[in-house]
Amino acid sequence: MSTTSRTAGRQYWVALRAMIVFTAVLGVAYTLLITGIGQLALPAQANGSLVRSGDAVVGSALIGQSFTDADGNALPEWFQSRPSAAGDGYDAAASSGSNWGPENADLLAAIDERKAAIAESDGVSPDRIPADAVTASASGLDPHISPEYAQLQVERIATTRGLSTEEVQKLVDNATQSRDLGYLGEPTVNVLRLNIALAQLAG
Amino acid sequence: MDTFFAILQVASLVLLLVLIHRPLGDYMAMIYTGKRDLRVERGFYRVIGVDSQSEQTWRAYLRSVLAFSLVGVLILYAIQRLQAVLPESLGMPAIPEGLSFNTAISFVTNTNWQSYSPDVTMGYSVQLAGLAVQNFVSAAVGIAVAIALVRGFARRREGTIGNFWVDLTRGILRLLLPFAILTAIVLIAGGVIQNFNGFTDVTTLTGGTQSIPGGPVASQEAIKMLGTNGGGFFNANSSHPFENPTAWTNLVEIVLMLAIPFSLPRTFGRMVGDTRQGFAILAVMSTIFVVSLTALTLFESSGAGSAAQAAGSAMEGKEDRFGIFGSTLFATTSTLTSTGAVNSMHDSFTALGGMMPMLNMMLGEVAPGGVGSGLYGMLILAVIAVFIAGLLVGRTPEYLGKKLGPREIKLASLYILVTPTIVLLGTAASFAIPGIRDDVTTTSIWNPGVHGLSEVLYAFTSAANNNGSAFAGITANTPWLNTALGVAMLLGRFLPIVLVLALAGSLAAQDKIPATAGTLPTHRPQFIGLLVGVTVIITALTYFPVITLGPLAEGLQ
Repeated sequence: MSTTSRTAGRQYWVALRAMIVFTAVLGVAYTLLITGIGQLALPAQANGSLVRSGDAVVGSALIGQSFTDADGNALPEWFQSRPSAAGDGYDAAASSGSNWGPENADLLAAIDERKAAIAESDGVSPDRIPADAVTASASGLDPHISPEYAQLQVERIATTRGLSTEEVQKLVDNATQSRDLGYLGEPTVNVLRLNIALAQLAG
Repeated sequence: MDTFFAILQVASLVLLLVLIHRPLGDYMAMIYTGKRDLRVERGFYRVIGVDSQSEQTWRAYLRSVLAFSLVGVLILYAIQRLQAVLPESLGMPAIPEGLSFNTAISFVTNTNWQSYSPDVTMGYSVQLAGLAVQNFVSAAVGIAVAIALVRGFARRREGTIGNFWVDLTRGILRLLLPFAILTAIVLIAGGVIQNFNGFTDVTTLTGGTQSIPGGPVASQEAIKMLGTNGGGFFNANSSHPFENPTAWTNLVEIVLMLAIPFSLPRTFGRMVGDTRQGFAILAVMSTIFVVSLTALTLFESSGAGSAAQAAGSAMEGKEDRFGIFGSTLFATTSTLTSTGAVNSMHDSFTALGGMMPMLNMMLGEVAPGGVGSGLYGMLILAVIAVFIAGLLVGRTPEYLGKKLGPREIKLASLYILVTPTIVLLGTAASFAIPGIRDDVTTTSIWNPGVHGLSEVLYAFTSAANNNGSAFAGITANTPWLNTALGVAMLLGRFLPIVLVLALAGSLAAQDKIPATAGTLPTHRPQFIGLLVGVTVIITALTYFPVITLGPLAEGLQ
């Protein structure tokens, strides 16, 4: 065996031992350390920011939900989330965007259809409907809608639930989050939190 | 008003990077020039059988890089194939051969292209013992190679360029691991999950069911960003609320992607003994970054194209909490580094907007580029720029006191040919070979028309440049794309590394020649402008024809 091939062979032996140590330290020990810190110091966040309505856990504050019947039809008495491309809609085990391109005919048809549906259910003219109401998010799990889209739904919620517009409006105002630190990102409304507040109001 | 908030966001990003850049750059220079080993490192060197005081020639350094990477590929392949029998696998089956091959190469090459949907493919054991480990070590390999090249410029008449095992170990233990621990905790505070809960089934408010995923996400997210890896724990990557819950975690993740690449020029300046040289490189990177960010933001907020006009703005594939600017800032960062993480779906960008991430990668990911790879890519372009300037005035080109002779220029020229060749050949083969074309057009392409071509072009651009982002509508889990993209990632990572280390060796062996009145100063605005020009022109000349067939055709129709 020549010196060169012996050195070359030795490199693989070094590499293998290094990878075994790295797997133990960076794969296992590091992950367990962070998990330990997370579970001890920040358990609510580390476990998914779960939220309750009454006693029951009804979801995560960070993960959007559908407010539809079993067939996927929008339930008018709940604030509606954005369209979703995750599974059959808000399937948290299958996050995904639509990945439809900017000229894709399927996307154009979907936007038109969603617009028409919202215009009818909310009794507004199609040009007042904000973009996020008719487009699917990147994750398919966007927990938010824009304050404009929440605003658009106030009238419908009030009518179907027999509440006053002011009561519903107040819920929306309370649920509206401003930009992070006042300037990062966009103002949003968390739909699940808003609907939990709505459920409590209705008693 | 929106412009105002966008500028504030950029201003805070710039401020954070300015604050980080000097201390982190100096710290990295200290790490890679220090003579002393930590006690834990000495123990580690004993276990793996390395003499930390011995140095390597460029050939020996290269052999170590390749041996380490090959072993990494084999181990990651084995872990995936064995998923069914590993603990904490959530009952997921073994990953098939083709996909395991592609994924193993993808993570070892710092690409993190994902032909699969992690939500339904990868259990916790593969994610943490396989993928997260490579997130650390592949990043450390990239930095090591860059440092070796910098030593080539810094040293005179030496036969060696450092010790790979020492550079690798220090990069991990002194740089990546401590910062990953810190930032993982910050991300948990922002809402990124960190548990082993599996799926939690809940009854939703309307009585439906939802299966909420768990997982050790924060630990992986931190190193995914810091090491410019980009492979998501979830299919939706950094748009998933459990990976990137808020607008401020979004900014944190952007800072993480840029921290090391934007600080390495400082390290370079320190190591060659002239921080102005590092500043010039940083200025080139920053200029390209700002122009690219502005262009993408203008395209996306213009709302051009049928879908954006029908909806009222280009919100398809974007999250409400980030909005358009939080998405374009992230996309620019992710594709100008070699990260490839996404917080919005590039496939759904406006046509001209979708062109920008592609162009960012085609620039060679040098502004500021991946950890290590960005710096060595930019230094290669600096060599080319000096050479061109030398031709213009008829002088022998020299950079940092090193004469750039035929051997150096050949190595640099080969370097800039590698990735374009892979990208263009791979894309062309996908459409030119009849059997493959049928498979690509019927199975892989998601969107009809020229956008489908863009998806394939994007895939090869991303693979060859080791980015990992995608026009994600494409179905890449096919025999052709798993194989071709796997080979593209492999060649796109290691051919340049071979050339860079060869260049490092030949530079280190040279003496330094003193600067004279005729030497081109490489720290002044003139050179910064020249280097920006060379970077952009090389890319434009190479890729303009194929860009016109894809995104330009779609955007201008």
